[in-house]
Amino acid sequence: MTATAVPPPVTVVRTQPERIGPLLGLAHGLTLAKRNLRYAVRTPSSLIDTVIQPVLFLLVFVFLFGGAISGTWQEYLQTLVPGLMVQITMYASIGTGMALSNDISKGVFDRFRSLPIARSAPLVGAVLGDVIRYVVAVAVLLALAFALGFRVQTDPLSALFAFVLVVVFGLTLCWLSVLVGMVASTPQAVPGIAMAVILPLTFGSNIFADPETMPRWLELWIGVNPVTYFVDTVRGLMIGGPVAQPLIVSLFAVVVAHLVLLPLALRAYLRKVR
Amino acid sequence: MTICIRATGLVKRFGDTTALDGVDLEVPTGSILGVLGPNGAGKTTAVRILATLLRPDAGTVTIAGHDALHDPVAVRRIIGLTGQYASVDEELTGRENLELIGQLLRLPTREYRSLARELVERFDLTDAGDRPVRTYSGGMRRRIDLAASLVGRPRVLYLDEPTTGLDPRSRNGLWQTVRELAEDGTTILLTTQYLEEADELADRVTVIDHGRVVAEGEPQELKRRTGSQTLHVRTVDPADTERAVGLLTELLGFRPSVHEDNTTITAPADDTVLLAALVRRLDQEAIATDELGTRLPSMDDAFLSLTGRSSHAHTEESTV
Repeated sequence: MTATAVPPPVTVVRTQPERIGPLLGLAHGLTLAKRNLRYAVRTPSSLIDTVIQPVLFLLVFVFLFGGAISGTWQEYLQTLVPGLMVQITMYASIGTGMALSNDISKGVFDRFRSLPIARSAPLVGAVLGDVIRYVVAVAVLLALAFALGFRVQTDPLSALFAFVLVVVFGLTLCWLSVLVGMVASTPQAVPGIAMAVILPLTFGSNIFADPETMPRWLELWIGVNPVTYFVDTVRGLMIGGPVAQPLIVSLFAVVVAHLVLLPLALRAYLRKVR
Repeated sequence: MTICIRATGLVKRFGDTTALDGVDLEVPTGSILGVLGPNGAGKTTAVRILATLLRPDAGTVTIAGHDALHDPVAVRRIIGLTGQYASVDEELTGRENLELIGQLLRLPTREYRSLARELVERFDLTDAGDRPVRTYSGGMRRRIDLAASLVGRPRVLYLDEPTTGLDPRSRNGLWQTVRELAEDGTTILLTTQYLEEADELADRVTVIDHGRVVAEGEPQELKRRTGSQTLHVRTVDPADTERAVGLLTELLGFRPSVHEDNTTITAPADDTVLLAALVRRLDQEAIATDELGTRLPSMDDAFLSLTGRSSHAHTEESTV
């Protein structure tokens, strides 16, 4: 064995730790958002989520149940489309958690973490990628709806505002999706867990039918479900009706959801990236 | 000689499990350190800490003069990482993966494009460069993973079990690349389960087991201690074991290892004369054997000779 006990010197540079500024961090996030979109375009299952699902929901509900629920499918189309806009974005939000969880399990996440990029970049990339998917999904839904005879009965500006609100509502759920994605053991577990939350929120609402026709307990649930107010707001903005009151309740729900979900999601995320 | 990678007193616990229990590692600039150990020894945990992916519960890490715990971004600028957990996107093509990393490193477009082309050619992936990585074979997969870790032209490279599961041809190709990188001055830390691999590539080897360094030295030195062949002796009557050990101690000049079953004796045996001499002596002493012969040393044998105990004898002392 060697007798040398004195270790060779190591010069340690003790400077301020290098930080990555917000602008550079955003640039990293955009690069990863582009990557997520490329992924979304290439993988058929992801295309099904964003494009086929809105189409199927619209066709099935309008033609299968529309006449039974509203008398004629044409009439049902008008009330269903604003509700479906909300439902579609909520479903699409599952993608964020899936994408992150997938990257973690495949080792892509750690590759990014070993690079000198902002810690937030993979999260920003996933969320931004998702926002674009919401826009595409809702646009697909609206295009088909217009072709079937859906018309905005207010004005273009209100409709645009509705569109923006739908994206904001989707973002709220997106943090839940991030949280689930961080906590789930495998990417395959993400949709199941997320659906357990999203199904009662979407089906237990006024999206598909008038709550007054439902049992009392369900009506009570629908009355406290924030999605009901999201849908009322979007309906008001697209086809007319009261907007102010449901909008206030909606925004309140969005703020509360962010206050609860955002810190939880960020904490779970930071635990993974630290 | 300057030290590029230095870790002292690394401790990492996951719940009740202690993955690292005071590990010291040191790699001189431009050299290759092989970190050798069985599954679950703590190799991957050590690499993850050195690559800033994991914070140790105790200890210090200095990479090329940067304190990795204090300034991880500076460390990430100079390291490259390849392992089962630092991977590429399977849906993107090989070339797209390399370009994506170039974009994230904010290299000018022209530079990362040409760099990606260069790396794809260098790693013999020219034909596969425009196919999604999910269609790649195991060997191609390792090559694109390694290429991805080289986009930032790292001065320090971590390779976590780079050849596990590769066929001999792919393995040799990868070894050649690792040697070339070291010749270019890259400091390399590679983990492996194979003594042979450490012997092929590493300037020095650190053997870890149960989260502790159990041996350290040049590969030749460790090989001398493990022997190129291992002698196995098992006596028919367990009562004879101690006498057989005595005979072998006489012949070897040191005491051989006895397995936990208390009947199997193993010893490094480079000398073919040893076997003949042993047969003679056993015969003279009338000790009957079930098993008597030489084998190539397994990882377990190597551990036994390096550490004095089997790598599988995990359970007894872990609850101290």
